[in-house]
Amino acid sequence: MTLLSVRDMKTDIGQYAVLHGVSFDVNEGGVFVLLGRNGAGKTTTLRSIMGLWKPSPGSVTFQGEEISGMATADIARKNIAYVPENMGIFGGLTIEENLVLATAKGKFDQTRLSRIYDLFPALEKFWTKQAWSLSGGQKQMLAVARAIVEPRALILIDEPTKGLAPSIVAAMGEAFREIAQSTTILLVEQNFNFARSLGRDMAVIDDGRVVHQGAMADFAADAELQGRLLGLSA
Amino acid sequence: MNKLSDTLGRFGGVNLLPVALAAIAFVLIGAPSSWVTLTIAGLSMGMMVFLMASGLSLVFGLMDVLNFGHSAFISFGAFVAASVLAALGGWLDGDNIMLASAALGLALLAAIAFGLAAGLFFETVIIRPVYRDHLRQILITMGALIVSEQIILAIWGGTPMTVPRPAFLHGAWIIGDVSIEIYRVFAFGLGLAVFIGLMVLLNRTRVGLLIRAGVENREMVEALGFKIDRLFIGVFMLGSALAALGGAMWAGYETLITPALGGEMMIVVFIVVIIGGLGSIEGTLLGAIIVGLTANYIGYLAPKLALASNMILMMAILMWRPSGLRPAVK
Repeated sequence: MTLLSVRDMKTDIGQYAVLHGVSFDVNEGGVFVLLGRNGAGKTTTLRSIMGLWKPSPGSVTFQGEEISGMATADIARKNIAYVPENMGIFGGLTIEENLVLATAKGKFDQTRLSRIYDLFPALEKFWTKQAWSLSGGQKQMLAVARAIVEPRALILIDEPTKGLAPSIVAAMGEAFREIAQSTTILLVEQNFNFARSLGRDMAVIDDGRVVHQGAMADFAADAELQGRLLGLSA
Repeated sequence: MNKLSDTLGRFGGVNLLPVALAAIAFVLIGAPSSWVTLTIAGLSMGMMVFLMASGLSLVFGLMDVLNFGHSAFISFGAFVAASVLAALGGWLDGDNIMLASAALGLALLAAIAFGLAAGLFFETVIIRPVYRDHLRQILITMGALIVSEQIILAIWGGTPMTVPRPAFLHGAWIIGDVSIEIYRVFAFGLGLAVFIGLMVLLNRTRVGLLIRAGVENREMVEALGFKIDRLFIGVFMLGSALAALGGAMWAGYETLITPALGGEMMIVVFIVVIIGGLGSIEGTLLGAIIVGLTANYIGYLAPKLALASNMILMMAILMWRPSGLRPAVK
């Protein structure tokens, strides 16, 4: 069943046209990966879905409802969480404050909080520390934890492994696998090995357009296609 | 510079700067009674400036708005409070402390109410169309400031206006050789109460949490499902009300006010916000106290330097900490 459908989305940033008509469908459940070279338009696609850039024309429907043109806050209230490339954590706030801000009523669901502690034990350890004092990996854990502190229908995650140590990347992968059992993840990722290990479906964006969409297993098996679309060598 | 920062950090950080300043002044002044009088004057001046500056700091930190019209709220607060006090002059003259307190309370409430209403109007009509455009913000808020000053001139005239004080705030307490002006103690107490209130709001409430988060990253606050525009209006109204309250308190301190009051205070307010660190209430308080103490100490020790003291202070602090003493984390 289609959860998110993006049709002919065009986004201009200032005088530059970045997206020239992006179209793809994300089915419910699992991890959908958006791949593409640097500057292809992946981040702009996520930001446009969230309403942080205003796309026009085109359409973005979520659970059958048109969300294109809505305010970012209204889109977020559709149970869509966003983890930006720069993580977007509030450095002056403690871990607890960062997370409580993402709760609907200012109170934690203890079951979900326990799950977050299980996924990211460091967050419990540094619970009252200000977020600026965390390491890069811990900040990323906090950014992801903030996205799952409430039940979400869709989580948009932008390059979560960027600049992280391999051990942290592996832990993050485990966490995403578990999160994807109950939530749909739309993941933008440059690390193809990481993306391949998680993705069920995928699309490749190039020069502001989707140039390929399909099952990750098929794409992972086609070295020629990977080379042509992503510049990966066999 | 790094070594100085590390050493300071070990002994309480920049929060100890006012203490260090007072200690140095104690040695230079030599006379303990004069030092106490100047210190109390500096602290009360600092608190009044804090009232005027805290709103500007929040507005700039959260909304990224350069509001040169902020001084209009200070002037209007002063004139509105002065007018209420003048109208209730009969309540102030007698020995009835309750009536005098009621008059003072009404004057301050009128200033706050005016600040809230003017802030709502200012944000909606003047600021909103120029979000994210600093040049236009400067131009339009400067224009609004000029219009506001002309409105004050039209309503209250250009003649300096006398501000009556309640009888119980007249005079000074004499303790030994030390003279402590009662109004200054009141101003200090009110400023401290507002600071505590703001700290409770910012640190103990969800709205405060949103404001602190919004100062750092507005976009992410929206992505969490909160309408930042509503927060902007609330913060702008709060900032305007605080400026009006500060203006009202300053009017009572000066006892003679002109329409130029806000503009004159604005230089000090900007210096406080810059050296304190944009978007930080603690930084604004720290900056205001340091500016208040410095102005009073220098005014006593080297009167010819008094006019330049705030500028010299700002330059010295910015050379040491370019983002101010306690900037909000960005």
